[in-house]
Amino acid sequence: MEKPVICRIKEIIEESPTVKTFIIDKDFDFKPGQFAMLWLPGVDEKPFGFSSKNSFSVARVGNFTKKMHELKEGDIIGVRGPYGTYFEPMGDKVLAVAGGIGAAPIVTAVEEFSKQGVEITTILGARSKEELLFLDRFKKSGRLEICTDDGSFGFKGFTTEKMKEILKEERFDLIITCGPEIMMKKVVDIANEYNIPVQVSMERYMKCGIGICGQCCVDDEGLCVCKDGPVFWGDKLKFIKEFGKYKRDASGKKIYY
Amino acid sequence: MLKINLCGIEFRNPVFLASGIMGETGSALKRIAKGGAGAVTTKSIGLNPNPGHRNPTIVEVYGGFLNAMGLPNPGIDEYLEEIKGVRDELNRMDIRIIGSIYGKDEEEFAEVAKKMEEYVDIIELNISCPHAKGYGATIGQNPDLSYSVCKAVKKAVKVPVFAKLTPNVTDIIEIAQAVVDAGVDGLVAINTVRGMAIDIKAKKPILANKFGGLSGRAIKPIGIKVVWDLYENFDVPIIGVGGIMSGEDAIEYMMAGASAVQIGSGVYYRGYDIFKKVCDEIINFLKEENLTLKEIVGIAHE
Repeated sequence: MEKPVICRIKEIIEESPTVKTFIIDKDFDFKPGQFAMLWLPGVDEKPFGFSSKNSFSVARVGNFTKKMHELKEGDIIGVRGPYGTYFEPMGDKVLAVAGGIGAAPIVTAVEEFSKQGVEITTILGARSKEELLFLDRFKKSGRLEICTDDGSFGFKGFTTEKMKEILKEERFDLIITCGPEIMMKKVVDIANEYNIPVQVSMERYMKCGIGICGQCCVDDEGLCVCKDGPVFWGDKLKFIKEFGKYKRDASGKKIYY
Repeated sequence: MLKINLCGIEFRNPVFLASGIMGETGSALKRIAKGGAGAVTTKSIGLNPNPGHRNPTIVEVYGGFLNAMGLPNPGIDEYLEEIKGVRDELNRMDIRIIGSIYGKDEEEFAEVAKKMEEYVDIIELNISCPHAKGYGATIGQNPDLSYSVCKAVKKAVKVPVFAKLTPNVTDIIEIAQAVVDAGVDGLVAINTVRGMAIDIKAKKPILANKFGGLSGRAIKPIGIKVVWDLYENFDVPIIGVGGIMSGEDAIEYMMAGASAVQIGSGVYYRGYDIFKKVCDEIINFLKEENLTLKEIVGIAHE
């Protein structure tokens, strides 16, 4: 049944000044990169990637996430999912590029991949030192390269600059990425330049989450981000002309990046 | 074998996409066209952009889905760009486009219809959405309002106009009579059936709009009866919709009197190519029974 499962919040972790992780009292059999629709009764229902089998990490960016951040331990949320495609390992060496809250699905992927014996390098980017997410979890899963926009920690600059630097020295079998779409577009361009397969996790305004309402259909082939994605292989991206160019609001109106 | 003609328009098959499913963008319509639909119906489009209701806008229940999308659409001007982007390709595939529209009154309906006309083969009037106050069923539950909207649109456009009816009325014949009197070229029945689901742990209705419209298997007998009644009383073509998952379901609607059918929720249960599957199942039945499509329309009334 495609309906919310009511869960109780067991613990809330402040990951950064803008991100909180909500640990709930039920486990979900999710694969890295999959998402669930989180329902706050009386507020709204929005998609979030799992940050573990029983948690979601939420950046405060709008009204819904502000309301999420006001929740306390013991409060309830509805969880509908897991939905969508997921990150799949390939080869022996994987490069992960995560920007901002995109670190949440990526950390679950690198944890899973490293458990399977894949050698991981993660490039983790954030605006500043205090916005860096899941440092311990990333370090446990392999090599970690840190970038901050303001240079308050690690490399000063974009993840994609660091990525170019690393790719000059090393060869990878697969690149996975999640973060702002403009960043991911660059990651894909660089991956193509080096002829390395890539998987990206896209985000679009979602309503049904199950591939029928058409809200998150992307041009030109009408792939549904909720069902055919959110994780797309690079070869599928060729059919997503709007990637890195525009998205749609709740009415279906185009918003250009 | 499945070719039909409705109001002078040729369709390569009688299995269409219902309004509200996937139709928010041109590329989504194209995807459904590739799934084998004879025609695709757009989301209901209004004059101005509308974000629709907040989520949850959909929840599954036994027998189908409850939804209260709230008529989301980017407004007719922007939506025409979506259609323009795929129209040639749909034409090449020989797929017709049904433009579903809504409005708050007859002027708005007529204005949207006029803008839509050039880009679609049929205009479908949404006077039946159960969950958008002041729109949809607010009009379709009132014979006078239904009459004036249909009349105004008929006056405004030359393409065939179909009215989509709501089952949430005491006497559907009264409404259908009003729209037929207004001159519509055909009827589409049924829109969703009003319903509600409450989460007992959250102690609240699940849909943000509190109530919504029920679609899926559970409403098929309701739709069959409405189509039956319409066929008994009127001579205009009927498009049957409500709970069609298979060729057998489609045939049941046709035997009740539908010349064509539309599929919505079935897309979830059988995939984007449900249209092709249903067509194949209809063909198999016709071969087995040695019947033609034309012969089965209304056959149960004989």
